[in-house]
Amino acid sequence: MGFFVDLWNALPQDLQTVIWILVRIVIIVAPLMLLVAYYTYAERKIIGYMQVRIGPNRVGPRGWLQPIADAVKLMFKEIVIPTGANKFLFLMAPMLSIAPALAAWAVFPFGPEMVLANVNAGLLYILALTSMGVYGVIIAGWASNSKYAFLGAMRSAAQIVSYEIAMGFALVGVLVAAGSLNLVEIVEAQEGGIFHWFWLPLLPLFVIYFISGVAETNRAPFDVAEGESEIVAGFHVDYSGMTFAVFFLAEYANMILISALTALMFMGGWLSPFHGWPLLGPLFDWVPGFIWLVLKTFVFMFLFLWFRATFPRFRYDQIMRLGWKVFIPITIVWILVVGLAVVYRLPWWFD
Amino acid sequence: MTFEKFLFYVFAIILVFAAVMVVSRRNAVHSALFLVLAFFTSAMIWMLMEAEFLAITLVLVYVGAVMVLFLFVVMMLDIDTDAMRAGFIRYLPVGLLVAVLMVAEIALVVGPAHFGFDHWKLPAAHPADYSNTRELGGVLYTVYMYPFEIAAVILLVAIIAAIRLTLRRRPGTRYQNPTQQIAVRRNDRVRIVEVPGEKKMEIK
Amino acid sequence: MNALRNYIKSLFLLELFKGMSVTGRYLFRRKFTVQYPEEKAPVSPRFRGLHAQRRYPNGEERCIACKLCEATCPALAITIEAAPREDGQRRTTRYDIDLFKCIYCGFCEESCPVDAIVETRIYEYHFENREDAVMTKDKLLAVGDKYEAQIAADRAAQAPYR
Repeated sequence: MGFFVDLWNALPQDLQTVIWILVRIVIIVAPLMLLVAYYTYAERKIIGYMQVRIGPNRVGPRGWLQPIADAVKLMFKEIVIPTGANKFLFLMAPMLSIAPALAAWAVFPFGPEMVLANVNAGLLYILALTSMGVYGVIIAGWASNSKYAFLGAMRSAAQIVSYEIAMGFALVGVLVAAGSLNLVEIVEAQEGGIFHWFWLPLLPLFVIYFISGVAETNRAPFDVAEGESEIVAGFHVDYSGMTFAVFFLAEYANMILISALTALMFMGGWLSPFHGWPLLGPLFDWVPGFIWLVLKTFVFMFLFLWFRATFPRFRYDQIMRLGWKVFIPITIVWILVVGLAVVYRLPWWFD
Repeated sequence: MTFEKFLFYVFAIILVFAAVMVVSRRNAVHSALFLVLAFFTSAMIWMLMEAEFLAITLVLVYVGAVMVLFLFVVMMLDIDTDAMRAGFIRYLPVGLLVAVLMVAEIALVVGPAHFGFDHWKLPAAHPADYSNTRELGGVLYTVYMYPFEIAAVILLVAIIAAIRLTLRRRPGTRYQNPTQQIAVRRNDRVRIVEVPGEKKMEIK
Repeated sequence: MNALRNYIKSLFLLELFKGMSVTGRYLFRRKFTVQYPEEKAPVSPRFRGLHAQRRYPNGEERCIACKLCEATCPALAITIEAAPREDGQRRTTRYDIDLFKCIYCGFCEESCPVDAIVETRIYEYHFENREDAVMTKDKLLAVGDKYEAQIAADRAAQAPYR
């Protein structure tokens, strides 16, 4: 033990910082990847249950090893590169789609002190990174040199750009209400019990943010980018093996990110729902904030699956109509309402 | 050489390389993708200059939205590269002239006579809790209130004009009205009729 | 008024919540999945699975080589060759059913005047070579011998409806 301490102290200061940051990145990303793997399992199980069947239950006890088996299978499959595809861009696309999904977690606070980089413009950073995710899809569609992939990419590009505006406006409402772009301060602005959180004063923005999040991640009922009944699998038709797995990981990592952000910005992050209540408040004080955050995130992750099991796919023009003609006007009106509430210090939330 | 300086040179090299590729690639999609890289790298350079709000906005607006739409169009265009390159030699003198003029104009403004460390002191590094966004917002909504609002109105006019110019209602097009579709109830469409004179079959 | 009600309905996503409540209820419903190798779905006595040839209780094969099944088979899966046996009775020398051609329609069973060819309720069988897909007379008789009790019971259960 003493040897390792000496070795650590012998390293230069900068290197120590770099190693320490790398370790923290691993601490965030490794559980995230595990969560992604088991999210796919949960999806198959829950959707199965909603369709009155029981889902995967063969690999390992109750099917718990299913995601591992899937991962091993995908790792050993051949990566097929279609003729006429642009090889560099083709292989670049999955990386471009997973990198923003993982990089966004750098500013995500898991608790008042548990954050990798507590930057001032955290919200902006996340917005910028989620908007980068679309490149993976577009480049994949174009580099595959296939009609279906290209159609899927075009659909998804237009959809993501449209819904990003509604999403951005919803976040503008949040930052007006919180008065800060820093994610820790946004949570601290919601200090209090469940009725102090932003979901109540920002209810329309909350609903719009989450629905736009579903559209951003190309999940059902907005999954026209994949649209397996029309264009096979959309932008990733030509991907196989690990390249496909990376797209898959990115999609699920994005879903988790959107769920976690919704929990953070509208549902009080790590705050206890009974915070400050006379009887229940002290009763739940022992629960660490991290647990609350995870529970809230799981609720939204479950909603993603619930939506998929319930709603049929939107038609493309209706998706556009919903984004541009319904969501954006509502968000703009509600930003005005929030602005007035903040200026006149509406009691309960903004006093 | 400090780490920041090293980073600056790395980003600068990538930026210049990407910018050269934008104009020299034959494939328009490649050019657009290199333009994305150029935007991203310049955002990184701004980040080094502690202009994090502008840097992130550059990524958000140009990389995340404008270039996506640009790529969208470029990918769907069927550009005849041969025809595009046809008049290269013929237009070369004009192009060179314009380029030289532009370089000269830039040099006049930011040349060594007016620029450099003698004229501009390196700004002091800000403390960690300094919020670029707050400062920018403060200036934008007080000192530059009118220019800011006027710019917003001009953009709004541009949006309305663009929509007005391209929006056309073709007569005879049939389209669905989703509101009407959802409003339909079963009783509006289906009538259950009891048909007399038909006996139920008995099954033993 | 109606329009206003519809507007409010769509604004508050009422129909969507209705849909989600349905799937939410189904989440807790009893599941219908049959865990196949361990559990098996019940099979009707009418089930048309693997073919078999039956014998009379005294051990004599039923088939009299009338070739009605061969004639009626819509997929031309049955091939029959017949010749007199040593005791002068007309019997098949060859009775092949190509299971790749067979569509399991059950016409052979319907047409058989002596209930010789039957389709059993066996549905778990496989071949490892192509030629195994042809059920020869010996194999058919072997299946019949093995499952005679089941076959007879199924015929008896179905007798009132024929």
